[in-house]
Amino acid sequence: MGKVRVLAGTRKGAFILTSDDKRRDWKIEGPFFGGWEIYHFTGSPVKPDRLYVSQTSSWFGQIIQRSDDGGKTWQQPGTPPGEATTTPEGFPKAESNKFVYDTSETSGAPLTTHMWYDGTPHPWEFKRVWHLEPCLRDADTVYAGVEDAALFKSTDGGRNWKEMSGLRGHGTGKFWSPGAGGMGLHTIVLDKSDPKRMYVAISAAGAFRTDDGGNSWKPINKGLHSKYIPNPTAEVGHCVHRIAMNPQKPGVLYMQKHWDIMRSDDAGDNWYKVSGNLPTDFGFPIAVHSHEPGTIYVVPIKSDSEHYPPEGKLRVYRSKAGGNAWEALTSGLPQQDCYVNVLRDAMAVDTLPSCGIYFGTTGGQIYCSPDSGDNWCAIARDLPAVLSVEVQTLS
Amino acid sequence: MIRIQLPYHLQNLGGVGPEVTLGLEPPYTVRTVLTALEARYPALRSAIVDVHTGKRRPLIRFYVCQQDISHEGLDHPLPAAIIEGREPFLVIGAISGG
Repeated sequence: MGKVRVLAGTRKGAFILTSDDKRRDWKIEGPFFGGWEIYHFTGSPVKPDRLYVSQTSSWFGQIIQRSDDGGKTWQQPGTPPGEATTTPEGFPKAESNKFVYDTSETSGAPLTTHMWYDGTPHPWEFKRVWHLEPCLRDADTVYAGVEDAALFKSTDGGRNWKEMSGLRGHGTGKFWSPGAGGMGLHTIVLDKSDPKRMYVAISAAGAFRTDDGGNSWKPINKGLHSKYIPNPTAEVGHCVHRIAMNPQKPGVLYMQKHWDIMRSDDAGDNWYKVSGNLPTDFGFPIAVHSHEPGTIYVVPIKSDSEHYPPEGKLRVYRSKAGGNAWEALTSGLPQQDCYVNVLRDAMAVDTLPSCGIYFGTTGGQIYCSPDSGDNWCAIARDLPAVLSVEVQTLS
Repeated sequence: MIRIQLPYHLQNLGGVGPEVTLGLEPPYTVRTVLTALEARYPALRSAIVDVHTGKRRPLIRFYVCQQDISHEGLDHPLPAAIIEGREPFLVIGAISGG
């Protein structure tokens, strides 16, 4: 019998929800790190009990937490309690909460500036980790997307972080500017078929791809049209909310942008719009069915000014055609007086035979559909505002 | 012994109660007290003084003997009442945000 573990990051702590493959009865544990914003909570696909948390606070800064036993116990990987903070020779030891932009002459890129909201140059400043992406092949390797946008990598389970400075330094960085929520690198997609290829998305710079393991990067925003920027088809400057890919079909990407659902069939080299018959194509998350690479899910919200579902009806939209033709999924979802939002990292799928779809709302609910979206039920109703949802399918 | 009172979240992070005590050698400044605190409780590192900037985090305040010394700099000397443990060094988080 299979088991499912949902990892939820919320504004007031992390929660773990577990169930069997029926996905009807759920046990909820938490809050872990109660009172803290948990921007992301995820687990290693190689060692599922290896969990990582981005615990962040405007008061006390960034903490990376790690569990090696499925959430029973936690530690900051760089500074286990009671351990000396320097080596016997007096050198500072690893600090898992340190994300230092690499400006070294040999491997780094000049820190310079990025663009601020008003178009003026602004210095790069680390604020928080938005997203953690464990490696598909090694439990101790994990990537971190941070604000101000940059990509970091750890190869020792989160103890040390080194910037992959080829991204920030590839040349367009000075034109990157923040979105409403800050300039965060919020999405990291690893290509299961090619360990040297990965994709990232930044608000509000756009999407980028590396084909050489992160040494060099290129913008992949051709085909995007953003009418609110001076040059609507610029190389960078687009507010990409999320990108998603099914590992069975690498190179086919889907994007939820600040308006528009987009698709690329060539690893991001070219994008085309697939919003089709959606009532509105503004939203944050996008997810792909784990067994049907052409089945995608979005949660439209009214507009960039009104971040709630149209008509007060919470509807997930599914396309089984890779876009353009969409159907509303409503069974079990509130169809009146519902004004919650679903954030970009708050939707996920499991890999059970009947693919389960999950999403968390800013109203504190987590919904699950055990049948690919046909029917939904709330598996948690009263959590704090949900910031992220990931799902592990365990045997 | 120097007494330090911590806000709720740092108590949880450090696994300590509302007040901790530290033995310290001179010089007695805000910086040396916080350095000693972080050495004793590594989980608190960068939670009060940002390890990236070397500065007090903006939503944190320091009080000694009912005086706000947050803007005096980390090398501000501590008064005798703090050094002798008669009064606590207060680390206070801003009450805001919801």
